[in-house]
Amino acid sequence: MSTQPTRRTFVRGLAAAGVAVSAGVVRQPAWAAPAPRQVQQELSGTAFDLRIAETGVDITGRHRTALTINGSLPGPLLRWREGDTVTLRVANALDEETSIHWHGLIVPAAMDGVPGFSFSGIPPGGRFDYRFTVKQAGTYWYHSHSGFQEQRGVAGPIVIAPREPDPVGWDREHVVMLSDWTDEDPARVLGKLKKRSDYYNWRQRTVGTFLRDVRRDGLRATLAERRQWGAMRMSAADLADVTGATYTYLMNGQPPAGNWTGLFTPGEVVRLRFVNGSGMSYFDVRLPGLPMTVVAADGQPVRPVTVDELRIAVAETYDVLVQPAGQDAFTILAQAMDRTGFAAGTLAVRTGLRAPVPALDPRPVLTMADMGHGAMGGGAMDHAAMDHAAMGHVMPPASPSSHPATERGNPLVDMQAMAPASKLDDPGIGLRGHGRRVLTYADLKSTFEDPDGRVPGRTIEIHLTGHMERFAWSFDGVKFSHAEPIRLDYGERVRLVLVNDTMMTHPIHLHGMWSDLEDDAGAFQVRKHTIDMPPGSRRSYRVTADAPGRWAYHCHLLFHMDTGMMREVRVDRRATS
Amino acid sequence: MTRLLVAAVLLLGVSGRAWAQAGEPAVPPLTDAEREAAFPDVHPHHARDEAVHAMLLVDQLEWQTAGRAGDVSLDTTAWIGTDRHRFWFRGEGDRAAGHVEQAQLQFLYGRAMWRWFNLMAGIRQDVRPGAPRTAGAIGVHGTAPYFLHLEASLFAEPNGRTHVRVETEYELLLTNRLVLQPLIEFEVYGRSDPAQGLGRGLSTADAGLRLRYEIRRELAPYIGVAWHRAFFGTADRTAGQGRRTRGVALAAGLRFWL
Repeated sequence: MSTQPTRRTFVRGLAAAGVAVSAGVVRQPAWAAPAPRQVQQELSGTAFDLRIAETGVDITGRHRTALTINGSLPGPLLRWREGDTVTLRVANALDEETSIHWHGLIVPAAMDGVPGFSFSGIPPGGRFDYRFTVKQAGTYWYHSHSGFQEQRGVAGPIVIAPREPDPVGWDREHVVMLSDWTDEDPARVLGKLKKRSDYYNWRQRTVGTFLRDVRRDGLRATLAERRQWGAMRMSAADLADVTGATYTYLMNGQPPAGNWTGLFTPGEVVRLRFVNGSGMSYFDVRLPGLPMTVVAADGQPVRPVTVDELRIAVAETYDVLVQPAGQDAFTILAQAMDRTGFAAGTLAVRTGLRAPVPALDPRPVLTMADMGHGAMGGGAMDHAAMDHAAMGHVMPPASPSSHPATERGNPLVDMQAMAPASKLDDPGIGLRGHGRRVLTYADLKSTFEDPDGRVPGRTIEIHLTGHMERFAWSFDGVKFSHAEPIRLDYGERVRLVLVNDTMMTHPIHLHGMWSDLEDDAGAFQVRKHTIDMPPGSRRSYRVTADAPGRWAYHCHLLFHMDTGMMREVRVDRRATS
Repeated sequence: MTRLLVAAVLLLGVSGRAWAQAGEPAVPPLTDAEREAAFPDVHPHHARDEAVHAMLLVDQLEWQTAGRAGDVSLDTTAWIGTDRHRFWFRGEGDRAAGHVEQAQLQFLYGRAMWRWFNLMAGIRQDVRPGAPRTAGAIGVHGTAPYFLHLEASLFAEPNGRTHVRVETEYELLLTNRLVLQPLIEFEVYGRSDPAQGLGRGLSTADAGLRLRYEIRRELAPYIGVAWHRAFFGTADRTAGQGRRTRGVALAAGLRFWL
């Protein structure tokens, strides 16, 4: 650690704060006395011993078994330095196979940690030694790529110090890892969704909401709107497959009542490193009273942009700077996108403080525009988007979309976007027109030029597909187990175009290589490892196939990946035939 | 001056890009050792996207005011399989005066054929009333626009008798737990069957309106009303036996699944 030597000292203090218990209970189950696992561990250096094991936890008042790394939930924060060669000895104390994948890290294929792709997994009682050179800096995370272990706790944050001094200045930092915890066995959660896909949605539209809408919009408009959804056989209230009905949302392993607290001294610039390590949950993050300046996305530096709120997709990371002053405590609020719960903690001058936790925003409903079935305008656009339009930054008309033949007549594809658009400057469902400045993808611009510089030699278009009622998910209507790998020639620059033909939001992650998001003009905009795909969206990004091997490419919603929304991307020498 | 600057920057940008394309390759060549290391021998990937799931639904375990105390009817469905291929079991029956008055079982293969409908095929076994009878069954099952659940089946017996059953239901959410479920069912026969008291054509219609409360998703007690009416030849025969051709009953029951 060549820079800011005080940082580590501080984080030790943060671990102590992690066990502080607050009396304030906020619409979440009572929280029991903290077990030792609640201490946020931090490990730094170049050699690490990680042990994956079962650990008893009590998050909701009931005793459950979590899968932990070194007894910690989430797993220990790993601090590396860019340029170091790190060794991670991962021991498996479970009675099932396990694995660790380094999310967003550019590593050799054999170190990527996907069983069946890059290695054979870590058998029960076995050990695997990962060893690779760290080629990047920033905020990342790691998690199991086996079964549902990630949902049960096998995930933790990574912070990599840059080799050169970071141009961003800050006085202290906190990692804020968000996750979703269920007392249920994740396999049972999936089983329930297969039997009844709306099992966890207790906020569907009813006769009552119909009457309310009639009073607000008139009978004719309400009937017309219900008719559209009814004709599609879709629910406008379908925002999340798994909700607060079973999830408790955690911040650094703490439910809201646990009040995870990060310390600050008034006037300091604090860097918050947000990681969404959830199985299925998107969060909308804000600190009421404190604007956030976003300085990095998915670990990579972006041109600073100041917002009130940001949506963090599953598997994304965002680094923000805040300068708390004027009050002793600020709430860090992370509302689940479907507003069925939240994770919350506090930035405070000392432990034991709390700031008011604002009421959750109203539950949003999807509109036809959300579904890619018409022009934007179904919901009020926020002022930021209006400004873009005023500046002449207008989205080009979406080309009439063609769909892969494998979607046609496919019983596992329930809809297709008719007029998908990039929606880069759309704040997103539930974040429009509420008066807060919300980060959009259009705001994210890398601080560097396109690192490759070549125009993509070819375009591969992939449609995100699924069937809500059957709870089946796929790419192009074809599940992973029925699909051939996507083959890239080593060295080529390729454009991936994703079209979301479902009504759900999907975070799409390509292992081993960067996803360089393109702007609406087709130019390089921002380097990411996970591309969020709202319903009805069409987004394109560039990939340099500089990593030979077999790589996973999938939706990072755990149950979507598990049910088939995944591909192998195989990068190899061009076949000479 | 500004224009010059812009031009210079543009030129630089263009030449830089041209260099990147024409000059050194953006990606270093792949050595054999690197390639070998990138494709290690590994155990195969365990895809789980064709996992087998199963469900047992007791849609109606019901008592009606038309019957005597202790009379009970049962309507149940079970399936096991993947998203596309499932085996289905359906059973319905009535128990009256201490013995099973009516019982039908269906064993079907169901295939997700269309976006919203499954094709079902298999056999139907009637245990009661009368002598046991077997029929082939084929039908569709799924969701029509506006969330109408629709089920249509054609049954054919070896002796050439045919029978069509159409059933549709809807779920109206009064609240997220209180669900009003109207249901209509028609039975149509290809020819009369005096032994069963059935006439040709439309035979019976049943309608129901059940209001259930989902204590949990898996467990919902309900109350309701059930109408029954016999038509044409079936009505004549029913009347001839001195039984009523139409009736209304109050119902109470339990819907549960696992």
